Amino acid sequence: MIDARGLSKRFQDKKRGEIRAVDNVSFQCQPGKIYGLLGANGAGKTTTLRMLATILEPTDGTAIVAGYDVVDHPEKVRANIGFLSTATALYPRLSAQEMVEYFGRLNGLDEATLKKRIEEIFSRLDMNSFRDRRCDKLSTGMKQKTSIARTLVHDPPVMIFDEPTTGLDVMTARTIIGFIADCRDRGKTVIFSTHIMSEVERLCDHIGIIHSGKLLEEGTLSELRAKHNEHNLEEIIVKVVGPLANAEA
Amino acid sequence: MNLHAVGVVYRKELTEWLRDRRTLISTVLVPLLAFPILISGMISLSAVLIGGAKKEVPKIMIIHGEDSPAVVDALKANKEIEVVPFASNWQDQISDKQIRAAVEIPEGFQGSLDKGTPQTIQIHYYEGELKSEFGAEHVEKSLKEYRDDLVKKRLEAKNLPDSLIAPFDTKQHNVAPPEKVGGASIGSMIGYMVIILSMTGAIYPAIDLTAGEKERGTMETILSSPVSRLDLVLGKFLLVFSASLTTAILSVTSMGLSFAYMGHALANSANTSGAGIHMNLGLTSVVAVFLMALPLSVLFSAVLMTVALFAKTYKEAQSYLTPMTFIVVIPAVASVLPGVELTPKLALIPILNTSLICKEIITGTYHWGSIAIIFASTCVYAAAAIFIAVKTFQRESVLFRS
Repeated sequence: MIDARGLSKRFQDKKRGEIRAVDNVSFQCQPGKIYGLLGANGAGKTTTLRMLATILEPTDGTAIVAGYDVVDHPEKVRANIGFLSTATALYPRLSAQEMVEYFGRLNGLDEATLKKRIEEIFSRLDMNSFRDRRCDKLSTGMKQKTSIARTLVHDPPVMIFDEPTTGLDVMTARTIIGFIADCRDRGKTVIFSTHIMSEVERLCDHIGIIHSGKLLEEGTLSELRAKHNEHNLEEIIVKVVGPLANAEA
Repeated sequence: MNLHAVGVVYRKELTEWLRDRRTLISTVLVPLLAFPILISGMISLSAVLIGGAKKEVPKIMIIHGEDSPAVVDALKANKEIEVVPFASNWQDQISDKQIRAAVEIPEGFQGSLDKGTPQTIQIHYYEGELKSEFGAEHVEKSLKEYRDDLVKKRLEAKNLPDSLIAPFDTKQHNVAPPEKVGGASIGSMIGYMVIILSMTGAIYPAIDLTAGEKERGTMETILSSPVSRLDLVLGKFLLVFSASLTTAILSVTSMGLSFAYMGHALANSANTSGAGIHMNLGLTSVVAVFLMALPLSVLFSAVLMTVALFAKTYKEAQSYLTPMTFIVVIPAVASVLPGVELTPKLALIPILNTSLICKEIITGTYHWGSIAIIFASTCVYAAAAIFIAVKTFQRESVLFRS
């Protein structure tokens, strides 16, 4: 599971001074559930997820991911997560199989286990036809499948997705959405950020609305609908974020 | 540190590096082909130019000399030159390459000789023009022979021995073995080349593995894996270091073979055994140079990686690293300058110290104290550079600079 406890991240900017990208954010994600982090661009979604993936270190607070503290044991956390975002590209001069093998080895898998895992994942994702093709020669869909295989190779209990469908065509986006749902069905803890409402309505068991680094609202979709007396998720977000956004403007 | 993880990163980087066409061109093809092409081109060109110049019988014009037939006849008797009739535009003719040189015999030259008054014959030629210089040489040789003959006749006329004007001779004798003569002439260049090439060989991979990775979007991918930043940096560093060494080894091998060929070709063409450049550098010396260059190569690899990591794109990294080339070239060039010798203070200046010690090693001189100081100090600088590289890789502001 994921247990974020007062996560904060501040950056220093020469022009704007101190920026609070994430400000005292706490939430929990349970195994077999999908937690959706919603917010506009610059709301703090990516920074939060990067802290959970230990790519960034929190300025204050911490998080427990798969039983390990992100501040004290970042490498153990990374060994127990699969991180996928539109910014996680593939190595162009490696083949799809080499790419997955590389991450399997970095995750400490022995050669026999790695081979078995690769055969299993490549069959499940229908990747055998392009397994030896270099990543720079793959189509967008093939690249996404390879990225998915890369995140799955060590069978992590926690999956973190940062706007995984942004900029993808419908068919590729469907593959990703299906994969996220599959992760939940396999009992993994899943957190994902997006600003595509249909994906949230379709996938998320729990939703957090983030704005200016602060977690403003949290609950299941039905809880949020009931609280704001509004069915449309987009309208709910406008109601939650709107007053603050107007004040900032 | 996890050696297995370092090895996995290194193996992956090596695979990608070997598949990059640009790498193969810059690291393998250019060093292997550049020297043979340059050297063989130089040999062919000089053979054509010198051969052509030597074959030609230069046209020489005599200015005045009407009252000094003996010296004029001596010049005309020389089969290596062709005396052409006088023309008032002789200077233009030399410039236009119609004649190669002109000999100006002072008026009353013969009379002055008879009286014993010294005179000067001027040889006009075009400096920098090979055929004109050869023509002037032939004229000078011919006039010297005429003068020696004249002196001999005068001594004979007075029943005096030849030794009167040359009471003793001097002769130079070289005690340095041929390899040291060769070492002195090209030793400084070998050290210089090893240093420069070990840096240039590291530039491309250093950029590709840092700024290149940011630009391609794979930095976040690798940072989300369990590999520690330390292991990641060391794996990448080892690849940059390998590239640096490969380029230097290939370049020096290619350069050594090209020089050996050039020495052989020059000896054959000039038929001057002993007068040509000795290229027999000892293998021990070359290996010693590489050993001295090893910590410097480590230093270059770590520094280049650290600087390139600050850049967001390949182009930006190139603009950062270009000025660094001068930082390396200047001390390396300074060591080649005449009169720059290794001192205890200079032994602590990176690059310059290695370049100077390489110059000594190649000539077969091993000052073990200096070698130890230079090797140790460069190792300290290299270790510091690796430490800074590791620390820089842990700085979020550098990795995610926006």
